[in-house]
Amino acid sequence: MNYINIIKNGIVKENPTFVLMLGMCPTLATTTSAMNGMSMGLATMAVLICTNVVISCLKSVTPDKVRIPVFIVVIAAFVTILQMVIKAYLPDIDAALGLFIPLIVVNCVILGRAEGFASKQSPVASLFDGIGIGLGFTIGLTLLGICRELLGNGSVFGLTLLPETYNILLFVLPPGAFITLGFLIAIVNKLRNV
Amino acid sequence: MKKLESSLTNMVLVLTGVAVVMGGILAYVNHLTEGPINDQKAKALADGIKSVMCVNELKVAKTDTVHQNDAKGKELTYIIYQTQDAQGQDLGAAVESVTGGFGGNLKVLVGFNPEGQILGYTLLEHAETPGLGAKADRWFQKGEKGDIIGKDPKEPLTVSKDGGQVDAITASTITSRAFLLAVNNAYNAYKATPVADVETGATKQQKENQK
Repeated sequence: MNYINIIKNGIVKENPTFVLMLGMCPTLATTTSAMNGMSMGLATMAVLICTNVVISCLKSVTPDKVRIPVFIVVIAAFVTILQMVIKAYLPDIDAALGLFIPLIVVNCVILGRAEGFASKQSPVASLFDGIGIGLGFTIGLTLLGICRELLGNGSVFGLTLLPETYNILLFVLPPGAFITLGFLIAIVNKLRNV
Repeated sequence: MKKLESSLTNMVLVLTGVAVVMGGILAYVNHLTEGPINDQKAKALADGIKSVMCVNELKVAKTDTVHQNDAKGKELTYIIYQTQDAQGQDLGAAVESVTGGFGGNLKVLVGFNPEGQILGYTLLEHAETPGLGAKADRWFQKGEKGDIIGKDPKEPLTVSKDGGQVDAITASTITSRAFLLAVNNAYNAYKATPVADVETGATKQQKENQK
Protein backbone atom coordinates (compact mmCIF):
# COMPACT_ATOMS: atom_id res chain seq x y z
CA MET A 1 0.00 0.00 0.00
CA ASN A 2 1.19 3.48 -0.79
CA TYR A 3 2.28 5.29 2.38
CA ILE A 4 0.99 8.70 1.29
CA ASN A 5 -2.39 7.06 0.76
CA ILE A 6 -2.33 5.64 4.27
CA ILE A 7 -1.79 9.11 5.69
CA LYS A 8 -4.50 10.63 3.49
CA ASN A 9 -6.79 7.80 4.46
CA GLY A 10 -6.36 8.68 8.14
CA ILE A 11 -7.02 12.38 7.61
CA VAL A 12 -9.90 12.24 5.11
CA LYS A 13 -11.49 8.89 4.43
CA GLU A 14 -11.21 7.46 7.94
CA ASN A 15 -10.94 10.63 9.98
CA PRO A 16 -11.39 9.36 13.56
CA THR A 17 -13.41 12.37 14.70
CA PHE A 18 -15.72 13.00 11.76
CA VAL A 19 -15.99 9.60 10.07
CA LEU A 20 -15.00 6.74 12.38
CA MET A 21 -16.48 8.61 15.40
CA LEU A 22 -13.91 7.06 17.69
CA GLY A 23 -12.55 8.61 20.85
CA MET A 24 -15.53 10.91 21.37
CA CYS A 25 -14.93 11.32 25.10
CA PRO A 26 -11.66 13.28 24.91
CA THR A 27 -12.97 14.99 21.79
CA LEU A 28 -15.89 16.46 23.68
CA ALA A 29 -14.11 17.04 26.97
CA THR A 30 -10.84 18.71 26.01
CA THR A 31 -11.84 20.99 23.14
CA THR A 32 -12.79 23.96 25.29
CA SER A 33 -10.10 25.95 23.48
CA ALA A 34 -8.17 25.53 20.26
CA MET A 35 -4.90 25.09 22.15
CA ASN A 36 -6.30 22.37 24.41
CA GLY A 37 -7.80 20.51 21.48
CA MET A 38 -4.57 20.62 19.53
CA SER A 39 -2.45 19.53 22.50
CA MET A 40 -4.75 16.60 23.17
CA GLY A 41 -4.65 15.65 19.49
CA LEU A 42 -0.86 15.76 19.39
CA ALA A 43 -0.55 13.80 22.64
CA THR A 44 -2.86 11.12 21.27
CA MET A 45 -0.91 11.08 18.01
CA ALA A 46 2.38 10.51 19.83
CA VAL A 47 0.91 7.56 21.72
CA LEU A 48 -0.79 6.21 18.62
CA ILE A 49 2.40 6.19 16.54
CA CYS A 50 4.40 4.40 19.25
CA THR A 51 1.74 1.82 20.03
CA ASN A 52 1.01 1.12 16.36
CA VAL A 53 4.66 0.38 15.64
CA VAL A 54 5.23 -1.75 18.75
CA ILE A 55 2.01 -3.71 18.34
CA SER A 56 2.79 -4.32 14.69
CA CYS A 57 6.25 -5.63 15.63
CA LEU A 58 4.71 -7.91 18.24
CA LYS A 59 1.93 -9.24 16.03
CA SER A 60 3.56 -12.57 15.16
CA VAL A 61 4.42 -13.40 18.77
CA THR A 62 1.05 -12.37 20.21
CA PRO A 63 -1.32 -15.32 20.65
CA ASP A 64 -4.79 -14.32 19.47
CA LYS A 65 -6.55 -14.97 22.76
CA VAL A 66 -4.43 -12.51 24.76
CA ARG A 67 -4.01 -9.86 22.08
CA ILE A 68 -6.27 -7.29 23.76
CA PRO A 69 -4.46 -7.48 27.15
CA VAL A 70 -1.13 -7.20 25.34
CA PHE A 71 -2.37 -4.12 23.42
CA ILE A 72 -3.63 -2.53 26.60
CA VAL A 73 -0.34 -3.11 28.43
CA VAL A 74 1.59 -1.52 25.57
CA ILE A 75 -0.83 1.43 25.31
CA ALA A 76 -0.88 2.03 29.07
CA ALA A 77 2.92 1.99 29.20
CA PHE A 78 3.25 4.59 26.45
CA VAL A 79 0.56 6.82 27.92
CA THR A 80 2.29 6.75 31.29
CA ILE A 81 5.61 7.61 29.66
CA LEU A 82 3.96 10.50 27.84
CA GLN A 83 2.36 11.71 31.05
CA MET A 84 5.68 11.73 32.89
CA VAL A 85 7.44 13.51 30.02
CA ILE A 86 4.72 16.18 29.82
CA LYS A 87 4.82 16.70 33.59
CA ALA A 88 8.58 17.07 33.49
CA TYR A 89 9.09 19.27 30.44
CA LEU A 90 5.76 20.88 29.41
CA PRO A 91 4.17 22.22 32.62
CA ASP A 92 1.69 24.48 30.77
CA ILE A 93 0.18 21.60 28.85
CA ASP A 94 0.18 19.55 32.03
CA ALA A 95 -1.87 22.25 33.77
CA ALA A 96 -4.43 22.31 30.95
CA LEU A 97 -4.67 18.62 30.10
CA GLY A 98 -3.18 16.80 33.08
CA LEU A 99 -6.47 15.14 33.98
CA PHE A 100 -7.13 13.86 30.50
CA ILE A 101 -3.75 12.40 29.57
CA PRO A 102 -4.22 9.14 31.54
CA LEU A 103 -7.57 8.72 29.79
CA ILE A 104 -5.77 8.25 26.48
CA VAL A 105 -5.32 4.63 27.65
CA VAL A 106 -9.00 3.97 27.11
CA ASN A 107 -9.26 6.10 23.96
CA CYS A 108 -10.81 3.74 21.45
CA VAL A 109 -8.98 5.37 18.52
CA ILE A 110 -5.79 3.77 19.77
CA LEU A 111 -7.19 0.33 20.56
CA GLY A 112 -9.22 0.49 17.37
CA ARG A 113 -6.18 1.12 15.20
CA ALA A 114 -4.16 -1.51 17.08
CA GLU A 115 -6.82 -4.12 16.46
CA GLY A 116 -7.93 -2.99 13.02
CA PHE A 117 -4.66 -1.98 11.41
CA ALA A 118 -1.41 -2.52 13.31
CA SER A 119 -2.07 -6.16 14.20
CA LYS A 120 -2.43 -6.98 10.51
CA GLN A 121 0.06 -4.71 8.73
CA SER A 122 3.81 -4.16 8.65
CA PRO A 123 5.46 -1.86 11.22
CA VAL A 124 6.23 0.81 8.58
CA ALA A 125 2.64 0.87 7.30
CA SER A 126 1.49 1.05 10.93
CA LEU A 127 3.79 3.98 11.56
CA PHE A 128 2.19 5.87 8.68
CA ASP A 129 -1.27 4.86 9.80
CA GLY A 130 -0.42 6.27 13.24
CA ILE A 131 0.71 9.55 11.67
CA GLY A 132 -2.37 9.73 9.42
CA ILE A 133 -4.98 8.88 12.02
CA GLY A 134 -3.14 11.00 14.58
CA LEU A 135 -3.17 14.00 12.23
CA GLY A 136 -6.84 13.38 11.45
CA PHE A 137 -7.63 13.31 15.17
CA THR A 138 -5.54 16.44 15.82
CA ILE A 139 -7.23 18.33 12.98
CA GLY A 140 -10.65 17.25 14.20
CA LEU A 141 -9.97 18.34 17.77
CA THR A 142 -8.33 21.60 16.73
CA LEU A 143 -11.26 22.52 14.46
CA LEU A 144 -13.72 21.74 17.21
CA GLY A 145 -11.59 23.72 19.67
CA ILE A 146 -11.38 26.73 17.34
CA CYS A 147 -15.16 26.81 16.82
CA ARG A 148 -15.94 26.43 20.52
CA GLU A 149 -13.34 28.96 21.64
CA LEU A 150 -14.47 31.51 19.06
CA LEU A 151 -18.17 31.14 19.85
CA GLY A 152 -17.82 30.74 23.59
CA ASN A 153 -14.89 32.94 24.46
CA GLY A 154 -14.48 35.20 21.43
CA SER A 155 -10.89 34.14 20.82
CA VAL A 156 -8.82 31.70 18.79
CA PHE A 157 -5.59 30.28 20.27
CA GLY A 158 -5.94 32.89 23.01
CA LEU A 159 -6.14 35.77 20.51
CA THR A 160 -9.29 37.79 21.18
CA LEU A 161 -11.36 38.36 18.04
CA LEU A 162 -14.86 39.09 19.31
CA PRO A 163 -15.85 41.43 22.16
CA GLU A 164 -17.23 39.81 25.28
CA THR A 165 -20.80 40.86 24.43
CA TYR A 166 -20.91 38.25 21.65
CA ASN A 167 -19.65 35.35 23.73
CA ILE A 168 -22.04 32.43 24.06
CA LEU A 169 -20.95 30.60 27.20
CA LEU A 170 -22.88 27.51 26.21
CA PHE A 171 -20.27 26.61 23.62
CA VAL A 172 -17.53 26.26 26.20
CA LEU A 173 -19.75 24.00 28.31
CA PRO A 174 -20.43 20.33 27.48
CA PRO A 175 -23.68 20.92 25.51
CA GLY A 176 -21.76 23.26 23.20
CA ALA A 177 -19.36 20.43 22.44
CA PHE A 178 -22.18 18.20 21.23
CA ILE A 179 -23.79 20.96 19.17
CA THR A 180 -20.54 22.04 17.53
CA LEU A 181 -19.48 18.46 16.84
CA GLY A 182 -22.84 17.71 15.23
CA PHE A 183 -22.58 20.69 12.91
CA LEU A 184 -18.96 19.95 12.02
CA ILE A 185 -19.76 16.32 11.19
CA ALA A 186 -22.64 17.46 8.99
CA ILE A 187 -20.44 19.98 7.15
CA VAL A 188 -17.55 17.54 6.71
CA ASN A 189 -19.84 14.81 5.40
CA LYS A 190 -21.43 17.24 2.97
CA LEU A 191 -18.00 18.27 1.69
CA ARG A 192 -16.81 14.66 1.42
CA ASN A 193 -19.76 13.68 -0.74
CA VAL A 194 -19.38 16.52 -3.21
CA MET B 1 3.47 -14.79 9.07
CA LYS B 2 1.98 -17.52 11.21
CA LYS B 3 0.63 -16.34 14.55
CA LEU B 4 1.76 -17.97 17.75
CA GLU B 5 -0.71 -20.58 18.88
CA SER B 6 -2.97 -19.62 21.81
CA SER B 7 -1.71 -22.32 24.16
CA LEU B 8 -1.66 -21.60 27.88
CA THR B 9 2.14 -21.52 28.01
CA ASN B 10 2.39 -19.12 25.08
CA MET B 11 -0.23 -16.79 26.47
CA VAL B 12 1.34 -16.68 29.93
CA LEU B 13 4.82 -16.21 28.52
CA VAL B 14 3.93 -13.46 26.07
CA LEU B 15 1.75 -11.47 28.43
CA THR B 16 4.30 -11.73 31.24
CA GLY B 17 7.12 -10.85 28.86
CA VAL B 18 5.34 -7.77 27.51
CA ALA B 19 4.38 -6.63 30.99
CA VAL B 20 7.92 -7.06 32.33
CA VAL B 21 9.53 -5.22 29.41
CA MET B 22 7.01 -2.36 29.59
CA GLY B 23 7.42 -2.21 33.36
CA GLY B 24 11.16 -1.93 32.90
CA ILE B 25 10.82 0.90 30.39
CA LEU B 26 8.40 2.71 32.70
CA ALA B 27 10.76 2.40 35.64
CA TYR B 28 13.57 3.84 33.55
CA VAL B 29 11.51 6.80 32.27
CA ASN B 30 10.25 7.43 35.78
CA HIS B 31 13.84 7.55 36.97
CA LEU B 32 14.72 10.02 34.20
CA THR B 33 11.78 12.37 34.73
CA GLU B 34 11.57 12.29 38.52
CA GLY B 35 14.10 15.11 38.97
CA PRO B 36 12.65 17.47 36.34
CA ILE B 37 9.12 16.92 37.67
CA ASN B 38 10.16 17.92 41.19
CA ASP B 39 12.08 20.89 39.76
CA GLN B 40 8.97 21.99 37.88
CA LYS B 41 6.85 21.78 41.02
CA ALA B 42 9.40 23.76 43.03
CA LYS B 43 9.77 26.32 40.25
CA ALA B 44 5.99 26.73 39.88
CA LEU B 45 5.74 27.37 43.61
CA ALA B 46 8.70 29.80 43.66
CA ASP B 47 7.29 31.72 40.67
CA GLY B 48 3.89 31.73 42.33
CA ILE B 49 5.30 33.20 45.54
CA LYS B 50 7.18 35.88 43.60
CA SER B 51 4.14 36.82 41.56
CA VAL B 52 1.78 37.08 44.53
CA MET B 53 4.26 39.16 46.50
CA CYS B 54 4.66 41.49 43.50
CA VAL B 55 8.46 41.59 43.77
CA ASN B 56 11.18 40.03 41.67
CA GLU B 57 13.76 39.45 44.37
CA LEU B 58 12.86 37.69 47.55
CA LYS B 59 13.81 34.76 49.62
CA VAL B 60 11.59 32.52 51.65
CA ALA B 61 12.69 33.06 55.23
CA LYS B 62 10.74 30.17 56.61
CA THR B 63 7.86 27.88 55.87
CA ASP B 64 5.11 27.18 58.38
CA THR B 65 2.39 24.63 58.24
CA VAL B 66 -0.69 25.70 60.18
CA HIS B 67 -3.62 23.48 60.99
CA GLN B 68 -6.97 25.04 61.82
CA ASN B 69 -10.43 23.64 62.21
CA ASP B 70 -13.23 25.21 60.21
CA ALA B 71 -16.76 25.80 61.50
CA LYS B 72 -17.72 22.19 60.83
CA GLY B 73 -14.68 20.91 62.69
CA LYS B 74 -12.89 19.78 59.56
CA GLU B 75 -9.17 20.22 59.75
CA LEU B 76 -7.70 22.61 57.21
CA THR B 77 -4.03 22.92 56.43
CA TYR B 78 -2.31 26.12 55.40
CA ILE B 79 1.26 26.57 54.33
CA ILE B 80 2.70 29.98 55.07
CA TYR B 81 5.82 31.11 53.24
CA GLN B 82 7.34 34.02 55.16
CA THR B 83 9.29 36.17 52.73
CA GLN B 84 12.07 38.71 53.08
CA ASP B 85 13.86 40.91 50.59
CA ALA B 86 17.62 40.79 50.06
CA GLN B 87 18.24 43.07 53.09
CA GLY B 88 16.25 40.80 55.39
CA GLN B 89 13.32 43.23 55.53
CA ASP B 90 10.01 41.53 56.14
CA LEU B 91 7.82 41.54 53.04
CA GLY B 92 4.86 39.64 54.43
CA ALA B 93 3.90 36.14 53.51
CA ALA B 94 2.44 34.02 50.78
CA VAL B 95 -0.20 31.66 52.12
CA GLU B 96 -1.36 28.50 50.47
CA SER B 97 -5.01 27.77 51.20
CA VAL B 98 -7.44 25.13 49.95
CA THR B 99 -11.23 25.16 49.81
CA GLY B 100 -13.79 23.13 47.93
CA GLY B 101 -14.67 24.87 44.68
CA PHE B 102 -17.37 24.01 42.17
CA GLY B 103 -15.48 21.21 40.46
CA GLY B 104 -13.07 20.07 43.15
CA ASN B 105 -10.35 21.45 45.33
CA LEU B 106 -9.46 25.08 44.79
CA LYS B 107 -5.90 25.75 45.90
CA VAL B 108 -4.97 29.40 46.11
CA LEU B 109 -1.71 31.14 46.93
CA VAL B 110 -2.35 34.60 48.40
CA GLY B 111 0.31 37.20 49.16
CA PHE B 112 -0.13 39.51 52.16
CA ASN B 113 2.05 42.44 53.17
CA PRO B 114 2.96 42.72 56.86
CA GLU B 115 -0.17 44.88 57.44
CA GLY B 116 -2.35 42.08 56.14
CA GLN B 117 -3.36 43.70 52.85
CA ILE B 118 -3.64 41.46 49.82
CA LEU B 119 -0.73 41.94 47.44
CA GLY B 120 -1.68 39.37 44.86
CA TYR B 121 -2.92 35.85 44.35
CA THR B 122 -2.61 32.95 42.00
CA LEU B 123 -4.51 29.70 41.55
CA LEU B 124 -2.19 26.76 42.16
CA GLU B 125 -4.69 24.05 41.45
CA HIS B 126 -8.33 24.08 40.44
CA ALA B 127 -10.95 22.10 38.59
CA GLU B 128 -13.43 24.88 37.86
CA THR B 129 -15.48 25.05 34.66
CA PRO B 130 -13.43 26.47 31.77
CA GLY B 131 -14.85 29.79 30.63
CA LEU B 132 -16.80 30.22 33.86
CA GLY B 133 -15.25 29.50 37.23
CA ALA B 134 -11.80 29.09 35.72
CA LYS B 135 -11.87 32.84 35.04
CA ALA B 136 -11.00 33.25 38.72
CA ASP B 137 -7.33 33.36 37.70
CA ARG B 138 -7.93 36.83 36.18
CA TRP B 139 -11.19 38.03 37.66
CA PHE B 140 -9.93 39.12 41.10
CA GLN B 141 -6.68 40.68 39.86
CA LYS B 142 -5.94 44.38 39.97
CA GLY B 143 -8.10 46.44 37.60
CA GLU B 144 -10.44 43.54 36.84
CA LYS B 145 -14.12 43.41 37.80
CA GLY B 146 -13.70 41.62 41.10
CA ASP B 147 -10.49 43.41 42.15
CA ILE B 148 -9.43 42.30 45.65
CA ILE B 149 -5.86 43.57 45.49
CA GLY B 150 -5.02 45.97 48.33
CA LYS B 151 -8.07 44.93 50.35
CA ASP B 152 -7.65 43.96 53.97
CA PRO B 153 -9.76 40.89 54.82
CA LYS B 154 -10.09 41.89 58.48
CA GLU B 155 -13.78 42.00 57.66
CA PRO B 156 -14.15 38.74 55.71
CA LEU B 157 -14.51 39.38 51.98
CA THR B 158 -17.85 38.28 50.54
CA VAL B 159 -19.54 38.49 47.17
CA SER B 160 -22.09 41.27 46.61
CA LYS B 161 -24.90 38.70 46.55
CA ASP B 162 -24.06 37.92 50.18
CA GLY B 163 -23.85 41.61 51.08
CA GLY B 164 -20.14 41.99 50.40
CA GLN B 165 -18.19 44.39 48.22
CA VAL B 166 -16.65 41.94 45.74
CA ASP B 167 -18.36 41.29 42.40
CA ALA B 168 -18.74 37.57 41.82
CA ILE B 169 -17.68 36.00 38.54
CA THR B 170 -20.65 36.04 36.16
CA ALA B 171 -22.58 32.76 36.53
CA SER B 172 -19.98 31.38 38.95
CA THR B 173 -21.08 32.41 42.41
CA ILE B 174 -20.03 29.10 43.93
CA THR B 175 -16.49 29.45 42.62
CA SER B 176 -16.36 33.08 43.76
CA ARG B 177 -17.53 32.18 47.26
CA ALA B 178 -15.03 29.34 47.48
CA PHE B 179 -12.26 31.63 46.28
CA LEU B 180 -13.05 34.39 48.78
CA LEU B 181 -13.35 31.82 51.56
CA ALA B 182 -9.88 30.57 50.65
CA VAL B 183 -8.55 34.14 50.80
CA ASN B 184 -10.25 34.84 54.14
CA ASN B 185 -8.97 31.58 55.59
CA ALA B 186 -5.49 32.36 54.34
CA TYR B 187 -5.67 35.74 56.06
CA ASN B 188 -6.76 34.21 59.34
CA ALA B 189 -4.05 31.60 59.14
CA TYR B 190 -1.50 34.32 58.41
CA LYS B 191 -2.66 36.55 61.26
CA ALA B 192 -2.54 33.64 63.67
CA THR B 193 1.12 33.26 62.78
CA PRO B 194 3.20 36.23 63.93
CA VAL B 195 5.67 37.88 61.61
CA ALA B 196 8.69 35.82 60.71
CA ASP B 197 11.43 36.07 63.23
CA VAL B 198 14.40 33.85 62.78
CA GLU B 199 14.93 33.61 66.56
CA THR B 200 11.39 32.54 67.31
CA GLY B 201 11.42 30.06 64.50
CA ALA B 202 12.33 27.28 66.90
CA THR B 203 9.49 27.96 69.33
CA LYS B 204 6.95 28.07 66.55
CA GLN B 205 8.26 24.82 65.21
CA GLN B 206 7.64 23.33 68.65
CA LYS B 207 4.07 24.56 68.64
CA GLU B 208 3.67 22.89 65.31
CA ASN B 209 4.96 19.65 66.69
CA GLN B 210 2.68 19.77 69.71
CA LYS B 211 -0.31 19.94 67.48
